[in-house]
Amino acid sequence: MIYLQLFLSFLQVGAFSFGGGYAAMPLIREQVITAHSWLSMEEFTDLITISQMTPGPIAINSATFVGLKIAGIGGALAATAGCILPSCILVTLLAWIYLKYRKLSLLQGILKSLRPAVVAMIAASGLTILISALWEEGSPMRLAAMKADTAVIFLAALYLLRVKKLDAVLVMVISGVLEILLSAVVNFL
Amino acid sequence: MMSRFNQITNTDMNQPPPPASYSRRLLRLFLSTFYLSAFTFGGGYVIVSLMKKKFVDQYHWIDDQEMLDLVAIAQSSPGAIAVNGAVVLGFKLAGIPGMLVSVLGSVLPPFFILSLISLCYTAFQTNPWIRLVLEGMQAGVSAVIASVVWDMGSGVIKEGSRLDFLILAAAFLANYLFEVNVVIIILACGLAGLIRTLWAGRNSTTADRHSSTVGRRSPTADRHFSTVDEHSAADEGRGKE
Repeated sequence: MIYLQLFLSFLQVGAFSFGGGYAAMPLIREQVITAHSWLSMEEFTDLITISQMTPGPIAINSATFVGLKIAGIGGALAATAGCILPSCILVTLLAWIYLKYRKLSLLQGILKSLRPAVVAMIAASGLTILISALWEEGSPMRLAAMKADTAVIFLAALYLLRVKKLDAVLVMVISGVLEILLSAVVNFL
Repeated sequence: MMSRFNQITNTDMNQPPPPASYSRRLLRLFLSTFYLSAFTFGGGYVIVSLMKKKFVDQYHWIDDQEMLDLVAIAQSSPGAIAVNGAVVLGFKLAGIPGMLVSVLGSVLPPFFILSLISLCYTAFQTNPWIRLVLEGMQAGVSAVIASVVWDMGSGVIKEGSRLDFLILAAAFLANYLFEVNVVIIILACGLAGLIRTLWAGRNSTTADRHSSTVGRRSPTADRHFSTVDEHSAADEGRGKE
C-alpha cells in the first residue's frame, strides 16, 4: 500500500524535524533515499535546490514532489497529510497547554539539547549534496576528478553569502547564470 | 470538545471582541496564511515575523507578548515552522476550525507550486540549458547550506556547554559515517535534553522563576523573530538568572 507508506514516511519527517528550515532535510534524505529509494541523489539535490528557489517549507515541497512522482496526486496528498498531521496535533496541544498554564521551559530545554544534533545532521546532509554537486555520480572523490566549474561557483556563492551578505535566492540565481557563462567559456575555448 | 477549545481561546483573549464575525475571521485567516505562504521566500523564520506584522501590528488580533510565546512554541515544535506558526495562530484566534483553515491556507501554495514544477520536471531534466542552470544552483544551494551550518554551528559552539559540543560531534559521526537513523539520534538527544532540564530544575530553586518569566518577556524583543540562535541566546540569558 504505497499511499500508507508515503503517509507514514512523511509522518516521521513531520514529527521529528526540530528547528525549522533545513532541519527536515536529513529526515527526508533518510526516508526517500536510504529507506525507500524513491529518489536518486541527483533528484534529491534537485529537489532541495527547487525548494530553496520556491516559497514554502522544504518538508511540504518534498512531500508533494515525492508523492506525485511515486503515486500521483493521491500520493502527494497522502505524503502532505502525513507531513502536517504531527504539527496539527502536537502544536495545537502545546498551544492549548500554553494558553492555559503559560509554561514553556521544559519544551525549550529539550530543544536546546536538540539544536547541536540538528546542526550536525544538516551539515551531514549538506556534505552529501556538496559532494554530488562537485563530483560526477560514481566518479572517484579525488581532487583531480572534481568538477572545476561547480567548485568555482560554490566558492563564489559562499563569498557572496558570507562577505557580501547577499540574499540566498539572489545567490542561487547568480549561481545558475554563472554555470551557463562558465560552460559557454569552456565551449568557446 | 471543540466548543471547550473555543471557550478557552476566547476567554484567554481578554480584549474586546473584534468587529469581524467568526466566518469572516476564518476567511481572513485563510487568505492571510495563503498569501504569506505563496509569496514569502526565505523559510519559516521570515514567514513567522510577517505573521506577526499582519496579526499583531495590522489586525491587532493578538498582543505582542502572547505572539512572542506562540512563536516560541511554533519554533520549538517539530515540523515546518511556517505550518506550526499557522497552527498556533489559527488555534489562538478561532479554535480548531481556525487551526485547520490556516494550515490549509499555508499548505496549498507550496502544494500547487511543486505540483506544477513536478509536471515540468521531466522536461527540465532533459533540457540541457535548464540542466546547466540546475547544476550551478546545486553548487549555490551547497553554499547556502554551508552558510546556514556556519551560523547555527558557531551559535552552538559560542553559547553551548561542552555537552552541546559533544552532541554536535557525536550526531555528525553517527549520521554521516555510521548512518544511524535520524529519528533515533533526535530521540536520544531529546531525552538528554529532558534529563538535563529536569535535573537543572531540581538542583536550583530559580527554575520556577525561570518558567514564569517566559510569559513576561520584554515586548520590545523583536529580535526573537529573526533567528533560532538569537532565540537560544535569550534562553541562555534567562537560564542564568
